[in-house]
Amino acid sequence: MAVARAVSTAGTRYEPVRGRPRIVWAFLDALVLAKRSVLETVRVPELIMFVAIQPIMFVLLFRYVFGGAIQVPGGQYVNFLMPGIFVQTVAFGGVTTAIGLAQDMQRGIIDRFRSLPMSSSAVLTGRTIADLARNLFTVIIMLTVGFLVGFRPGGTLFEFLLGILLLLGVSFAFSWISAFIGLLVRSVEAAQSGGFIWLFPLTFASSAFVPVATMPIWLQTFARHNPISVLADALRGLFHVNPLMTTADTRWALLQSVAWIAGILIVFVPLSVIRYRRTTAR
Amino acid sequence: MVTDHAVHAEGLVKHYGRVRALDGLNLDVAEGSLLALLGPNGAGKTTAVRIFTTLLEPDSGHATVAGFDVVRDADRIKSQIGLAGQNVAIDEYLTGLENLEMIGRLYHLAGRDAKQRAEELLMQFDLNDAANRIAKTYSGGMRRRLDLAASLVLLPPVLFLDEPTTGLDPRSRRQVWGMIGSLVREGSTILLTTQYLEEADELANRIAVVDAGRVIAEGTSDELKDRVGGNRIEIAVAKDADLARAAEVARRHFSSEVNVDSTQRRISAPSKNGTSQLAGLVRDFDGAGVDIVDLQLHRPSLDDVFLTLTGHQAEEEKVAPPAGRWQRRPR
Repeated sequence: MAVARAVSTAGTRYEPVRGRPRIVWAFLDALVLAKRSVLETVRVPELIMFVAIQPIMFVLLFRYVFGGAIQVPGGQYVNFLMPGIFVQTVAFGGVTTAIGLAQDMQRGIIDRFRSLPMSSSAVLTGRTIADLARNLFTVIIMLTVGFLVGFRPGGTLFEFLLGILLLLGVSFAFSWISAFIGLLVRSVEAAQSGGFIWLFPLTFASSAFVPVATMPIWLQTFARHNPISVLADALRGLFHVNPLMTTADTRWALLQSVAWIAGILIVFVPLSVIRYRRTTAR
Repeated sequence: MVTDHAVHAEGLVKHYGRVRALDGLNLDVAEGSLLALLGPNGAGKTTAVRIFTTLLEPDSGHATVAGFDVVRDADRIKSQIGLAGQNVAIDEYLTGLENLEMIGRLYHLAGRDAKQRAEELLMQFDLNDAANRIAKTYSGGMRRRLDLAASLVLLPPVLFLDEPTTGLDPRSRRQVWGMIGSLVREGSTILLTTQYLEEADELANRIAVVDAGRVIAEGTSDELKDRVGGNRIEIAVAKDADLARAAEVARRHFSSEVNVDSTQRRISAPSKNGTSQLAGLVRDFDGAGVDIVDLQLHRPSLDDVFLTLTGHQAEEEKVAPPAGRWQRRPR
């Protein structure tokens, strides 16, 4: 059927680009929405606080307040601490996805997105990619502050970059858990508390800030198998900041880390997509 | 299926739990026309729009938009339609320009095209000065205009506007009406939902009155008004004491029944020959010493139409209608 094209006095009809595979569009659409999310961060003062100031405070507080009291075997606390704080911060950073998605679902904007010929997964992927960008920025800030307060990683440049890559993997994985939470709750406030609450026991009952051996036995079992511990230890190995870790230890931690990241993604990407379709199809 | 209708619906049914939101809705919107879906809150207007824009699948029945089936060809419909929903769907932290550019990119326009189109629309919608301000700083009217602009990025042949002026002040409403009017003149097909009788009257070629998930009447504004009857004369008197005498005078002029509302001190009656009766009526009131505060001759409003068709006020179920919204417009 030929429907008359509207011709506006002040309007030209532009033809959409066609003929790209779906997967390419899914990625390009996600980038458009990631840009939106990143611009939002830059323009909301509270978010800048969260992305830049809070991590610096964590580094300084742990380094100077707890640092004197916490003994780590075989090395300096600042070197033990920084990888832990990296993992913790990046995991917390994912909460932006939960809050952002909860916001989107409440506003009419999700209906507009769904009425456009765009890839539907981009609404979720856009948020998680934006988290990647934000977390990379945060990691760079923390590295800088870390260096200023005495953090000195060893090892090769390759290992260092592999460590950063691992952190981005952690960021991406935790953002998808967060995406699921954001779609599960009914309000932005709930996304805020629901997004953080489970992260506290996970990050603190781990090797992120203190050696696991100092904890009561029952807690050690949990802490040793906690993905945050595994990831923090893998980073310590890559940065050569724990003299007690052998190359084999590092490899094992790295392997477990990659498995955790892959596992989280395999579970939470489909869960989030299904949840998104269900929630929006009402 | 071949039809000349840009939007076509047959027996649409949709349940939300036990609530039957749509109960066999039939609708046709001719190409290049504006149809207003008029009804109270909860009548099913938004549900219908959500089905047409592929956001929702019907439980039964079928619908086509621009010739495509809303369920089977959902992906193809998306590049044929624009939607401006009930809630303004713009990003508060993006500028006007960034908002429109983003929508352009998501319609898969090339980067440069998306930017040019955004600039054009900002000009057209009188938002040029605010192009680089974040939308959070926009007034309600500006947000609506930006939202409307966003639904026009691709100049879609079929536009869905779900209560496009809800919450706007009268001046902004007029402005949005002007823009919708020019879109129709330029050839767009528009399905607009509204609870404002005045809005349907002002903009629509045809009006479909919806109640409880069905279209209960359809036609032009005049056709619908004719179904209720002709003109009415309404008289308001100043003093309670005058009311009985005024009613007596009125009865002499109007053969059919005269309606007396003593609490409002109002008298109304159907008028057969319109204005010619007014002069004599005024003279007789004067002679009887009745003080008149208001005298009107008006066509039935769509409010009257709704009352006649459904037996209840358009806004019966709502808690408190905003002041002024349902007032009759004197003619």
